[in-house]
Amino acid sequence: MSDTLVDYDDAVSRYDPALGLEVHVELGTATKMFCGCTTAFGAEPNTQTCPTCLGLPGSMPVANRTAVESAIRIGLALGCSISEDCRFARKNYFYPDMPKNFQTSQYDEPIAFDGFLDVDVPLEGGGTETVRVEIERAHMEEDTGKSLHVGTSGRIHGADYSLVDYNRAGIPLIEIVTRPVTGLGARAPEVARAYVAQLRDLIVALGVSDARMDQGSIRADVNLSLAPAGSGTLGTRTETKNVNSLRSVERAVRYEVGRHAAVLDAGEKVFQETRHWHEDTGITTAGREKSDADDYRYFPEPDLVPVAPSREWVEELRGTLPEPPNVRRARLQEAWGFSELEMRDTVGAGALDLIEQTVADGAAPQAARKWWLGELARRANDAGTELVDLAVTPADVARVQALVEEGTVNDKLARQVLEGVLAGEGTPDEVVAARGLAVVSDDGALSAAVDEAIAANPDVADKIRDGKVAAAGALIGAVMKQMKGQADAARVRELILEKLS
Amino acid sequence: MPETQQQISADEVAHLADLARIDLSAEERERLAPQLAVVLEYAASLDGVAGDDVPATSHPLPLRNVLREDVPQPSLTAEEALSGAPAVEQQRFEVPRILGDEQ
Ligand SMILES: [Zn+2]
Repeated sequence: MSDTLVDYDDAVSRYDPALGLEVHVELGTATKMFCGCTTAFGAEPNTQTCPTCLGLPGSMPVANRTAVESAIRIGLALGCSISEDCRFARKNYFYPDMPKNFQTSQYDEPIAFDGFLDVDVPLEGGGTETVRVEIERAHMEEDTGKSLHVGTSGRIHGADYSLVDYNRAGIPLIEIVTRPVTGLGARAPEVARAYVAQLRDLIVALGVSDARMDQGSIRADVNLSLAPAGSGTLGTRTETKNVNSLRSVERAVRYEVGRHAAVLDAGEKVFQETRHWHEDTGITTAGREKSDADDYRYFPEPDLVPVAPSREWVEELRGTLPEPPNVRRARLQEAWGFSELEMRDTVGAGALDLIEQTVADGAAPQAARKWWLGELARRANDAGTELVDLAVTPADVARVQALVEEGTVNDKLARQVLEGVLAGEGTPDEVVAARGLAVVSDDGALSAAVDEAIAANPDVADKIRDGKVAAAGALIGAVMKQMKGQADAARVRELILEKLS
Repeated sequence: MPETQQQISADEVAHLADLARIDLSAEERERLAPQLAVVLEYAASLDGVAGDDVPATSHPLPLRNVLREDVPQPSLTAEEALSGAPAVEQQRFEVPRILGDEQ
């Protein structure tokens, strides 16, 4: 059964969307939240479990210090206050991916609260607009196991039985919850996307998670409600789960706006429920009726003592915060003199860190950009890999550029040097030596080639003698051909003009 | 006897049974309602002991910040982990088909 949808533009002209985002970040700690089991992605099923994360009787959890620190650092990076004393809580529900029959979480005492993220939302005509998204809370909890549904239809509801792998159960999660974001109008989907993108960048910059949406280490739930335009009220919300790419965040908001509008237009009430996002078809379908918090029968976790971060500890962690990614980007753009488009391409290609390091290794910013976004981006694309995974370091690229600038190689040869480095033939200097790529700077050999070219092209030589310097191009070409490209064209020109003056 | 008698309706019992994933007949719900009321009454008797000025205690000892370092410890083998499973397939716990959806 497909939903009736109102055209998006029509919907946002008559209704005000309110947006809320819950983002779960799986921390990149070595061990789980409450036990010493490892957390590596992709291990054989049920090889990373112990009595604690399997919820066996008598086992006792102990919180992971690094996970608590990561939670505090995320909170601080989001401008949150850090709780002086907070407890864990049990969230009770029966579902086979949670072997304890409760999830250890935090309820009314989150470790971080009352923050914000200033989100740079790209504008259509270029530039960005800053939208402040208020953070209600960030709290610590644990991930669930992974279910594999076995059955004929392949759908959860049609599955005959399920198979559960508890390797993921107990991996630390930080859930970051926004307050409702209103007043966005038609831009709600873009803001949702930009928020998740910027939060992801921040998490990566903090080094607390690899934040890979495709592997589920950062996951977004999208809350949406509509209220009649100008009413200033909040409507009934739905919570769309399983939104696992930035593009899907945008699409899911758009879809729910159209669906809610159709429900409200028909004079019906929006049903408060979770919705499942379907990446393939781009629609949401009804999930379970949203439980009240009461139904989870939260109560303080008796097996874990409260966490009371001292103010000294919090300040120490504040000192480890990186420069916010958007601030850093603006600073580098200014320092490098990149246009907005150049900067966007740089970020999009994942070349920001690489160029920064290449510049630190001595290359001019534009030269570094030229190599990474030109030749190397092409090679990464051909190999179906990311720039960062290429077998070439920023130091190599800086060295290649230095070789060009000191005249050891020209641009064409420099590309061959990079090819050699990528093929594992060694450093740029080793490749130049092994492949014999250096331009011939021996004036004797070059001079002979120039003489030969002059002798072979007497008409051109005469023109140059008559002052038609532009004609030198033909002779330079002949010499370069003779030298198989391994000559410095500027030096060749110099020699020609010397000889014919 | 406390002054206020706790009342639990058959509907509330049905809701609790649903949360606890227990299938109860109408007759069982009727029978359990007054029994649960007695349990609540018993717990409510604590209200008479502590006044509003006494905060609820979740931990009897004044301990804070018991944390462990992020250092891996040996896990169980898959065989050990699965030894208590009612059924195993593909090195995973086989469980009845899932009726609700993921949390
Ligand atoms: Zn464990």
